[in-house]
Amino acid sequence: MAIRRGPRNLPPIPSTSRTGYAEFSMRERMREKLKAARSKAESALLQEIPSPRPRHFVSLREEEVTEFGEEPSKNVLREPQEEDSQRSTRVRFQDSGRKPKFKPQVPPGFPSAEEAYNFFTFNFDPEPEKDETKDQKKEESNQEVEEGEEEEEEEKPAPEEQAEKMDEEELINEKEADDFLLDLDQTAHDFLAIKAAEYESIHAVKQKEKEILFRPSSHTVPIYKKIPENMQPRYLEDEGLYTGERPIVPQINQNIMENRLLIQEPERKWFGDDGRILALPNPIKQFSTRPPIFSPGEGIEAGLQTLYKKAVNSVPNNQYVVGSGDSLGQFQLDIDISGLIFTHHPCFSREHVLAAKLAQLYDQYLARRQRNQTKFLTDKLNALRNAVHTHSDSTKPRGSGHTAQESMNKYQSEIREEVDWKTDEKAFETEIQAETNELLEEHMEEYEKKMEEYRIEYQKWKAWKKAQRIKKKKKKSKEEQDEGTEESEYDEEPVKPTPPEPVDRSTIEQQVREKASHNRRKPGEPILVPELSLAGSVTPNELCPRAEILRREDVRKRSVFLKVLFNNKEVSRTVSRQIGMDFRVHFGQIFNLQIHNWPESLILQVYETVGYGSSNLLAEVFLPIPETTVFTGRASIEEIEFSSNQHVALDHEGVGSGEPFSFEADGSNKMILMTSGKVSNSVAWAVGENGIPLIPPASQQNVGIRRKVDAIASIGASGLTDMKKLAKWAAESKLDPNDPNNASLMQLITVATSGDTYVPEFFRLEQLQQEFNFVSDEELNRSKRFRLLHLRTLEVPEFRNFKQVPIYDREITEKVFQDYEKRIRERGVIETKDHLDTHRAIVAKYLQQVRESVINRFLIAKHHFLLSDLVIEEDVPNISILGVSLFKLAEQKRPLKPRRKGRKKVPAQNLSDGDIKVLVNVLRAYDIPVRKPTVSKLQQPSRSSRPFSETLVTSPSMQSPAYTVDNVLSQVLVRPFVEVSFQRTVCHTTTAEGPNPSWNEELELPFRAPNSDYSTASMQSVKDDIFINIFDEALYDVLEDDRERGSSIHTRIERHWLGSVRIPFSTLYFQGRIDGTFKIDIPPVLLGYSKERNIINERGFDSVRSLSEGTYITFFMTIEPHLVPGESVREKFDSQEDEKLLQATEKFHVECALKFPKRQCLTTVTNLSGKTVFITRYLKPLNPPQELLDMYPNNPQTTAELVARYVALIPFLPDSVSFTGICDLWSTSDQFLDLLAGDEEEHAVLLCNYFLALGKKAWLVMGSAIPEGPTAYVLTWEQSQYLIWNPCSGRFYGQFDTFCPLKSVGCLISPDNIWFNIQRYDSPMRINFDITKPKLWKSFFSRSLPYPGLSSVQPEELIYQHTDKVAAVELQDRIEKILREKIMEWRPRHMTRWNRYCTSTLRHFLPLLEKNQGKDIEDDHRAELLRQLGDYRFSGFPIHMAFSEVKPLIEAVYSTGVHNIDISNVEFALAVYVHAYPKNVLSVWVYVASLVRNK
Amino acid sequence: MAAANPTVFLVMVNGQVESGQFPEFNDLYCKYCFVYGQDWIPTSGLEEGISQITSKSQDIQRSLVWNFPIDITFKSTNPYGWPQIVISVYGPDIFGNDVVRGYGAVHVPFIPGRHKRTIPMFVPESTSKLQKLTSWFMGRRPEYTDPKLVAQGEGREVTRVRSQGFVTLLLNVVTKDMKKLGYDTNTLDMQTSSVIDLSEGILK
Repeated sequence: MAIRRGPRNLPPIPSTSRTGYAEFSMRERMREKLKAARSKAESALLQEIPSPRPRHFVSLREEEVTEFGEEPSKNVLREPQEEDSQRSTRVRFQDSGRKPKFKPQVPPGFPSAEEAYNFFTFNFDPEPEKDETKDQKKEESNQEVEEGEEEEEEEKPAPEEQAEKMDEEELINEKEADDFLLDLDQTAHDFLAIKAAEYESIHAVKQKEKEILFRPSSHTVPIYKKIPENMQPRYLEDEGLYTGERPIVPQINQNIMENRLLIQEPERKWFGDDGRILALPNPIKQFSTRPPIFSPGEGIEAGLQTLYKKAVNSVPNNQYVVGSGDSLGQFQLDIDISGLIFTHHPCFSREHVLAAKLAQLYDQYLARRQRNQTKFLTDKLNALRNAVHTHSDSTKPRGSGHTAQESMNKYQSEIREEVDWKTDEKAFETEIQAETNELLEEHMEEYEKKMEEYRIEYQKWKAWKKAQRIKKKKKKSKEEQDEGTEESEYDEEPVKPTPPEPVDRSTIEQQVREKASHNRRKPGEPILVPELSLAGSVTPNELCPRAEILRREDVRKRSVFLKVLFNNKEVSRTVSRQIGMDFRVHFGQIFNLQIHNWPESLILQVYETVGYGSSNLLAEVFLPIPETTVFTGRASIEEIEFSSNQHVALDHEGVGSGEPFSFEADGSNKMILMTSGKVSNSVAWAVGENGIPLIPPASQQNVGIRRKVDAIASIGASGLTDMKKLAKWAAESKLDPNDPNNASLMQLITVATSGDTYVPEFFRLEQLQQEFNFVSDEELNRSKRFRLLHLRTLEVPEFRNFKQVPIYDREITEKVFQDYEKRIRERGVIETKDHLDTHRAIVAKYLQQVRESVINRFLIAKHHFLLSDLVIEEDVPNISILGVSLFKLAEQKRPLKPRRKGRKKVPAQNLSDGDIKVLVNVLRAYDIPVRKPTVSKLQQPSRSSRPFSETLVTSPSMQSPAYTVDNVLSQVLVRPFVEVSFQRTVCHTTTAEGPNPSWNEELELPFRAPNSDYSTASMQSVKDDIFINIFDEALYDVLEDDRERGSSIHTRIERHWLGSVRIPFSTLYFQGRIDGTFKIDIPPVLLGYSKERNIINERGFDSVRSLSEGTYITFFMTIEPHLVPGESVREKFDSQEDEKLLQATEKFHVECALKFPKRQCLTTVTNLSGKTVFITRYLKPLNPPQELLDMYPNNPQTTAELVARYVALIPFLPDSVSFTGICDLWSTSDQFLDLLAGDEEEHAVLLCNYFLALGKKAWLVMGSAIPEGPTAYVLTWEQSQYLIWNPCSGRFYGQFDTFCPLKSVGCLISPDNIWFNIQRYDSPMRINFDITKPKLWKSFFSRSLPYPGLSSVQPEELIYQHTDKVAAVELQDRIEKILREKIMEWRPRHMTRWNRYCTSTLRHFLPLLEKNQGKDIEDDHRAELLRQLGDYRFSGFPIHMAFSEVKPLIEAVYSTGVHNIDISNVEFALAVYVHAYPKNVLSVWVYVASLVRNK
Repeated sequence: MAAANPTVFLVMVNGQVESGQFPEFNDLYCKYCFVYGQDWIPTSGLEEGISQITSKSQDIQRSLVWNFPIDITFKSTNPYGWPQIVISVYGPDIFGNDVVRGYGAVHVPFIPGRHKRTIPMFVPESTSKLQKLTSWFMGRRPEYTDPKLVAQGEGREVTRVRSQGFVTLLLNVVTKDMKKLGYDTNTLDMQTSSVIDLSEGILK
């Protein structure tokens, strides 16, 4: 509110009186006018502002009054004199300004009119700061005002007036103008008062503030103020109490707070004993517990925006790296662990203990001899004696002698020691004398001492006697007790001291001699040098007592391995080795540690494994870190001892560890031995290739981050069990012993270090666990029943479905575990027996391991349930379904063209044995080979003597007219029937006739799941195959006697295998049903059979295959009931692909699925390490083996076929079997060739890559085929036509081949693009493969998304090793042997004779077959056979397979049924040929035949 | 099997599915089956059974009485996987479709003697209101893929159920050789607690 001054503020009258009249009158006039104006304005205001405002008005007036008085009073009070002039000037000016414009109200915030006026019209003098005091005015009473007023009037000094006048005069003009204005019109405007802006100086404000505001000082408060008087501050921390960490508050804030508290709360209750403000420990955690929240809607600040970055393998952080600049500090520490010797082991028998003791003594002896200790000690003895002598001479005077006496005593005692040790024999006698003398001397000395004592005591005794008589006080006797040795009780009568016995020399000598004879060699006896030999036969097992045998078995079960811990991290471990019977373990392993951190510790941990239980830590061996001068090669092998405090009690001959045992029969003289041993090792720095030692610079040594707060981080979890280490760490890290957080740790350390309390030998996180343990772990492991139950809960495959675990251990046979144990044992061991070939064994092992891990993952996943797994719920029908169901109502009850109804699917889990059947509906077959003009014995019995095989020969010379007749007569060309075998169950159809038979029969085969486990996982892993074999049933007349022909028929049925189709059960399981026409695998040579129209045999790309090229069979196969195949685990794998690309694939998928949901569209696949990879990265030209290219350099067609054949020879292993339907893993071509196993994709990728390398236009075709289902094929463009290659069989088909197994095409993949088939049809015959047409093929990379140039995952080139031919031959022999044994096994009721001659013939023939790939040699072969085996009837054929394992070979041989012939005089021939292609790809031919000698 | 040295113990259960309380439904039948661990083998008797359809009684209790006998003997080597009896009740809905009216399971008592058990029954719920409507309309209520699921705890967290009625069972249990094999279920305090069967109090 603007402040106005009343007219009374004007200068006093006397002063004005002195001015000129004119002036005076003018002023008077003005005053009068102003007064009038004022009164008028007031009245106007009164009128203007009616009743609601009176208060305002009043207050206004009051303020006026106060204000006007205050200023002067203040001025009087505070201002110095010289400022008065200014003040008055101002006052006057204010007055003058106020007159014309009196304005009661000015809107706040705006300058009032007067202020504005002043601003523009006056030159202000600098405003005195004191003016600010106006704030205070309000507080002052009216009375003061009055006083001030008076004072002011009085004190107004004269000298001011001049200046005042001057000012006045200057202002006159303006004033007049104002007056003039006032006179002109007297509006409300006129009543405004003008005054300067209020301003008070900072100092004044501060002054005022000081009075009402309290500002605590920021100076440190002296301690005495804060604590009660007469008290010293207490520092709890110094007293050892835990205080905790105070929150961080700046010192200045603390000071302010303390000052404030001191004033406000004088009781000092806020201060602790240490004079500081009480505070709780810092509650702030070191890390943030709440994740940062970004609400998606709001714009995130640019600085907070998260960016996704792919994880990259960064080079290790520099601070850890020893080398400063180059991150790959190639420093290497070589640790050579050569072996381990137990000096004691729980399994030691008593004999071992003695032996070990002996060895130890011997070692000590050797060590002593090495150090020449005897000599050293003898010398020392002599020296000591000399010293004694000189000493005794020099220290004759008794006065000097306390120290001398002492040292002499010392020498003497040392001499005594030495004597015990010494074995010097020369001066035996003299020594004895010397010793005697010494002893004598000693005794004499003692005697003297005793005599002295005696004398003193005697004196005392006498005195006491006297005292007794006088009956002295107790005090005296107490003194006596202190001194006297005999007088223990003061009231007891002291014994009269007896004088000591004098020393007798002879007895002493006697003693010395006796001692010498005990532990000294007799003089003259030879010096014995003991030698320890370890030659000695060990008692064979059968001669040992039972306990000993048990012990030996136990030892055999035990194995030891060492872990190498570098800086407390396990860096590697040795192989697990069995403990030998001599308790020596040889490792002989060298570990090269490439180190980045400065080595701080190097520890070897000795682990022992018993049986298949878990390994337990025996001991830790701390290895010293070698000096920087120790290099590999120079380092010597050192033996470092270790020992364990483990307690082991054994129930056999072994003595155990930490257990008392004795050698005596009565069990006395017990001893306790702990497991101990020695590790021989050497540690050295490695030397680099160029001779530079790989040692980190020594300056780095201290950089190690030593002091960490976390115990586990700094010494490792294993360190927690090591009390010493823990204590050391605690001391090092300055652990606060009073911190409650550390209480348990500190207690542990104190307990451990004090040693008197029981220290558990383990550090447990949950101390109470032990009480809850059901039985001890050992007991759990020992009990077979518990073990069985445990393994069953773990869902170990062998035990998963184990029923009725017996209740007693004794009922569980060891056999139960045998398989399991064998499997566990062989996990690391590669068993070559089943595989014949080490490489394949390794691969099989590897796959087995991958599979196990995947299965384990799957088992875990299996325990996650979805609602659909538990509850059957109908889907909400959508409109189309509703429409269909409505339409159904109007449907005919029995439609003319019925549709197949889907069968209900049965989840696999609630099935049991016998529920599942495999149904095979065999419809018909085409082009079955027919018998070559054959002689039916029925018709031509006279010819029965002719060799049967002769009749097979087609050479024109043999074509006699008789045979032509036969040919015509034998109406039946072939009598085929189909036999389906699955899991060794065989079913067959009836026999049909002719080369194009029609059976139309349904066969039913039971299915048994492994281990009766019908869970999805188990079903998926069924590896059995369904064989569909086609046989020709041939009848032979065996009637001996022609005369009986009329009355009886005696024929023998023989069946000849013609071919087979093999369908893996897994395919059937995943497909649900298999339906179609399949090509039958017919052996390349079928003796006695031929194709009817086999004459046309062009092999070329340009000719479309004729129908007669193969034999085909149509069948339908399904599982009853319909099983739900396991869905692949819904798992999104992480990827290293670009995020954009992944999004694009996603989009592409969605778009494709929208149009053609059933067509296979593949853009990303999973590689072996479980990462998603873009598919085109798999395609890249890769070189085929040079060997294949060299074979037909001028014939690209044949080369292509060869390459396809090579690819087909790589064994087929479906992923879904190995990875139980979890996912399809793609391996790169080099992985594929290394593993030598893969499914269609791998084959197709490899073949496609080869074709690309051969310069062909090739694509990968993803589609579905029969019988495989979804699969991958290869498409090539050859001479104006497309060829479709089946990578697994090596066959190729023209685009328009009706028998092409590829039935639909989903997409094509080239190294740089993917095309999805958007044509109406997907059958290869009906589509156009021209990918340039965007209407037919939707490409992934297009103009909008150009091909980014993805690098390939394939290697630069494939490297092929030549396969060892010798190994192949070896393998060949082994397979042959195995197959022979098998055939004999299959014929248990008959004798199996082998025809060697025939076998050798066949063996020669097989390489030929391989060379020609089984083509066009049938005739030559036949002729050859005929020539060699003239009078045998021969039936047999070669089987060709890619080699993976023996089992499929056996199965294939079995399925042919050659062994089924049961004619008594049958002979067999079996030949195997293994052809090795590069990279261990083996092609196996098995020729199996039966021969019957013709009579 | 030598009597002195038994290797298995036997549990013989007989009794009956007495009655059910399903106030909203009528004309129900029930099925029972046993779920037991791998160490258990039923030696005689029926493992599963399906009862007749019964209508509500006219009296005030409106109970559905089946009186469907159960008689089975198990042998086992391990009390782990002690048999449970699983009851499922079915009946027609408005349209005459057979729908499930309740599932329930209870362990066979392991104290020999006569036991009365009242099992609360429940059915899985539809996942949404729409589903509920359509399932009601189509007469295909949500069902467990296998009634035996109600005897296992694994995977149940994915389902939602609604309680619906009670079924009363009467079970007589006889055991043999349990004590010889170290499983003592027959102590005095156990017996007293079995006499006052707590579950009987649920309805009465």
